[in-house]
Amino acid sequence: MTSEIPSPKIVLTPQELLASFKSAFGDGLKGGEVRSALSGSLKTPRYSIWLRVERALLRPAMQHLITIAYPHLAVIAGNDLGDEIELLYILSVFLGKKHGEYMVTIAISLPKSDLVVPTIADLLPGAVFSEREKQEFFGITVENIPDGRRLFLPDDFPLGVYPWRKDETGIQPGMVKELWKTNRPTDRPAPPVPEKEPAPKESGGSTTESDRSEPLKGGGNL
Amino acid sequence: MSTPEAGKKAPYRIPIGPVHPALKEPVLFTFEIEGEVVKKVDFAPGNTHRGVEWMGMRRNPVQIVHLTDRICGICGIVHSLSFAQAVEQIAGIEVPPRAEYIRTILHELERIQSHLLWAGVAAHELGFDSLFYLSWRVRERSMDLIEEITGNRVNYGIIQIGGVRRNITEDQYPKVLEGLKYYSDLFGKMADLFLNDVTIAMRCQGHGLLTEKDARELCAVGPTARASGVTMDVRHDHPYCAYGDLDVTPILPQKPHGDIYDRVIVRLLEIKQSIGIIESCIDQMPQGEVLWENKLPKVLATCKKAQGEAIGRVEAPRGECMHYVRMDGNEAPATWKVKASSYSNLMSWIPMLLGEQIADIPIIVASIDPCMSCTDRVTLIREGRADTLSGESLTRMSREKTRRLQK
Repeated sequence: MTSEIPSPKIVLTPQELLASFKSAFGDGLKGGEVRSALSGSLKTPRYSIWLRVERALLRPAMQHLITIAYPHLAVIAGNDLGDEIELLYILSVFLGKKHGEYMVTIAISLPKSDLVVPTIADLLPGAVFSEREKQEFFGITVENIPDGRRLFLPDDFPLGVYPWRKDETGIQPGMVKELWKTNRPTDRPAPPVPEKEPAPKESGGSTTESDRSEPLKGGGNL
Repeated sequence: MSTPEAGKKAPYRIPIGPVHPALKEPVLFTFEIEGEVVKKVDFAPGNTHRGVEWMGMRRNPVQIVHLTDRICGICGIVHSLSFAQAVEQIAGIEVPPRAEYIRTILHELERIQSHLLWAGVAAHELGFDSLFYLSWRVRERSMDLIEEITGNRVNYGIIQIGGVRRNITEDQYPKVLEGLKYYSDLFGKMADLFLNDVTIAMRCQGHGLLTEKDARELCAVGPTARASGVTMDVRHDHPYCAYGDLDVTPILPQKPHGDIYDRVIVRLLEIKQSIGIIESCIDQMPQGEVLWENKLPKVLATCKKAQGEAIGRVEAPRGECMHYVRMDGNEAPATWKVKASSYSNLMSWIPMLLGEQIADIPIIVASIDPCMSCTDRVTLIREGRADTLSGESLTRMSREKTRRLQK
């Protein structure tokens, strides 16, 4: 099998990666930060790079990342911050390098008056899945999306309701079924066989061992 | 069979579904076929989207940890682990090393049971039921080990923000080691059954192809990506828990073709790798606490004060599982985004299924390990009339193909 995607020739440190974005975009880069977290007895670090760009620079930033190393897109996450919706393109670069993969998060802000974002599905074809999800859950419009259908929401879900929005277009209280508040239904026909009397409680734990030999009750979860 | 206008070459449209790739993501397939050959594939997930993230954004982190247990019945630990990791990073909670090791042990036990479960499903789809029974029989041992450590067979409830809820005691080590020996002794036999069987090779080699380029572009993860030759494994690339202390290398087939057979090889070898990882964890297990803080009100108070955003990321049995959490000083997180591994792998179905036969659909769909319990039903639309095939008929077609090849 031949690969048309070249493996990265140069491997950058997280700081170098951030610096390359700074030099490429200058003032267009609204924020950039390298964070690390430690794990295990040896306190091995793992790095994540958090970038923030203007909306117009989303595609150039993605292209810049692709020239450094072909990234893996984990997901596009989003926040409703009141006046604006923030989209976070969570990617990672340098896959396969021991302890050397960095998460790269590119954040953009969309004012609620203009919720339009260009697609990146031509650069990263796998992104269309997440873009479709963002369209239906945040009510944004992804320009030139190759496939704009709904993804997870059912066809009878009301239009104009976006589950992850925190304003008046989000899920309204009337849509929430408070199942914990409902008691057992009373309008059902009587069961053909009368319900069993509850078994008298045995003293001592004589049933604990035999429980283990019963057929797997949780099998339905699989 | 066909209307005069449409001619004999008009493709059939076959919806298949809802298939259950993971508990969160059942899928409805629509195939366009010409004769027996799949010409076009489309899928629509979301038939039982439960809005777990929405529920989480109205609960506190300690409650969410128990909600994460219930996202998937097989990946019981990966979601809780990713979520806990993200919250711990935001709140600056340091997990004691012993807890990191216990998390790692459970993570790997889960991989063993998940891969064996998959092996059984794959054998069943191919019509090799004795192997299916054997795989699920030997899987019980790993479930018993998980029960021994956590108290539960599914929905383990072991992860807590800041560590784990139960320690592994001295007298449990021999039981775990004995279970691992059971699997190492068995490994040769299982590998022989799966890899040296002529029928399995005939059905799996060269089918369900995913090229390395497609795997990268469609953002595939886990064994699906590795079988296509993409070197990626979160445990190796982006260490978490105790993986930074251990020597974990991504498992790839020697010469990746990206077919179903390679996915079988990768998963089988990963079972062996997991046995080794658990053994080294028990060897190197540090002493000490297993929780950052025992008192839950203190954990909650710390989480409530926390502000910021973080990503928790683990290598689930099916590939990368990732949670994004943003906290803004309230009890509930402002945003919680769950990205299960199947979320990334579903797109790879399209190149895999193109050009294959209907009888190959079950094994190809199963080959990305979508934990599917059944291919529910199939509807063939011929001249606007719907013939419904049950999941059983589809499996039967797959089996008949196996029998034909054996002749």
